[in-house]
Amino acid sequence: MIAATEKGSDAGTLTRSEVEDFLYAEAELLDEWRLPEWLDLFTDDATYQIPPTDIPADASPDNNLFYIADDRYRLGERVKRLMKRTAHAEYPHSKTRHQVSNVRILSQDDGQVEVACNFSTYRTKDDFSNIFFGKLLYGLEVSDGKIRIRSKRVVLDTNGLRNQGRISIIL
Amino acid sequence: MKPNGNDPLVMIDNDRHLFKVSRNNFTDPDVFVKERERIFSTCWLYLGHESELKKPGDFVTRVVGGRSILFNKDRQGNIRALFNSCPHRGSQVCRERKGNAKSFQCFYHGWVFGQDGALRNQPGEESYGHDFKNDPDSNMRQVPRLESYRGLYFLCYDPEAIPLVDYLGNAKEYLDVIFDQSVDGMEVIGGTQEYAMNANWKLLVENSIDGYHATSTHATYLDYLKSMEGGLTNVALSGVGKDLGNGHGVIEYSAPWGRPAGQWVSLWGDEGKKEIDALNARNEKLYGKEKADRIAYKNRNLLIFPNLIINDIMSLTIRTFFPQSPNLLHVNAWAAGPQEESAAARKFRLSNFLEFLGPGGFATPDDVEALEHCQLGYRNSQEVRWNDISKGMGLEQPAMDDEEQMRAFWREWSRRLTGPEQIRGERT
Ligand code: FES
Ligand SMILES: [Fe+2]
Repeated sequence: MIAATEKGSDAGTLTRSEVEDFLYAEAELLDEWRLPEWLDLFTDDATYQIPPTDIPADASPDNNLFYIADDRYRLGERVKRLMKRTAHAEYPHSKTRHQVSNVRILSQDDGQVEVACNFSTYRTKDDFSNIFFGKLLYGLEVSDGKIRIRSKRVVLDTNGLRNQGRISIIL
Repeated sequence: MKPNGNDPLVMIDNDRHLFKVSRNNFTDPDVFVKERERIFSTCWLYLGHESELKKPGDFVTRVVGGRSILFNKDRQGNIRALFNSCPHRGSQVCRERKGNAKSFQCFYHGWVFGQDGALRNQPGEESYGHDFKNDPDSNMRQVPRLESYRGLYFLCYDPEAIPLVDYLGNAKEYLDVIFDQSVDGMEVIGGTQEYAMNANWKLLVENSIDGYHATSTHATYLDYLKSMEGGLTNVALSGVGKDLGNGHGVIEYSAPWGRPAGQWVSLWGDEGKKEIDALNARNEKLYGKEKADRIAYKNRNLLIFPNLIINDIMSLTIRTFFPQSPNLLHVNAWAAGPQEESAAARKFRLSNFLEFLGPGGFATPDDVEALEHCQLGYRNSQEVRWNDISKGMGLEQPAMDDEEQMRAFWREWSRRLTGPEQIRGERT
């Protein structure tokens, strides 16, 4: 387990800077394509979702078509896939830069911490570069002195993916 | 040698079973301009599905064939397609993507239009001639033709076009098989996948009905299915490819994946099995065994010329796309399903969709990569000039992994771009 997930202060509660350190470390894992380690940040029942941009932000993937609605199993498969040469969309790997800012703790209760932040992720593949941006909503869980991600929802601010084309990287 | 006006767009040699398409067709700005004039201004183009306009007043704005369109339903329940341009000085009247409205006001000078596009009032009315409002040019203009089939609305910018049902021709029967999956009617499910590719739009036409590329392009998706407990049946991938006439084409085939339309996989559990069994029994009663089996166990990738794809595969998708330039296309894709479907079945349908399809799926991004790299490869189209679409050409019945359904598209495309004389010449 990487250092960033070690919980330093008071058991069960997090400070904003602890959350920031955690999110920065997550961003670094993604930018360095250390995806199996990134996957270890997630709980066994975790979800990773990216809704489309023409429905209400709190819509459910059970009755709406999303861009991505992974449970932990499919997220694991996504990572497995992205580590293969035959994941053609990401071979050779894109260069990415994940930025997070405006981090806020919305609530925390009994080791369950709800966090919101802004993000922008830059991606270059071949001769094309583009930017994904919007808001990230995290459900974090603190237990045994470690922070884990129980849910991550990416709310894009663009109208669809006209500039980005596809979401073959992890946001 | 540089391709020039004398080079055919498509070269067909029936004796040698060769079908070649000039790569110039994917890059040439002149071809792009001709396509707008001879294809996107004369063919029936998919606009939207009736289920997107549920209540009176519902509207959706959409770009179709390069035009900005307002698709709406009025108080009486009539569905309309209006050019979303103000008759006054041209501003887009409606600037929202969707919503519900009793009237539409252009914000520039404040003209107000009814749901039928008729001018209702304008500031300073007294300064206009007394019959200004009766002049049809004062209203938002309706698209020349709007017709529907099985809830699918198509528009056409050519007032002289043949009726939609005649245009659909042999493709109608395939649409029937797909839309007969439901007794209450199919609906488009909430959420649009809007994405883009740095590729010519015709590359996506070919790719959407290409049964040849799966093993190589979609290796990781097939790995995923194989590793998933209960994700597959042992049905083999096999079937046929067909030219349906008028440029439409289809591949129809059996495949190992689960189909919410009737092919159960053990992943869906006993409850899922009960539901699928009941669905198949209902269809057998309604349509007879042969058609019920076809609905349940056969997949269809259907192309309606020029740019509508309805893929009835592990999920059901409606996908349309338009060129922005020779090397950029925009895609809109939706999931559709029977209105009467249970919540559990809906979940499986959407889950199946996302695994494979769309810009965040395990397969579509690899298609996008392939098409973009074809487009990059066409940098060499002056020297390396021809695409090959010959697979299965001499066969009595081409297979689903042959290319007959793509040749159907190219024959019509070429006929429309060059006129009937030339294509007749090429085909002999
Ligand atoms: S342009 Fe619409 S009111 Fe003037
Ligand atoms: Fe594909």
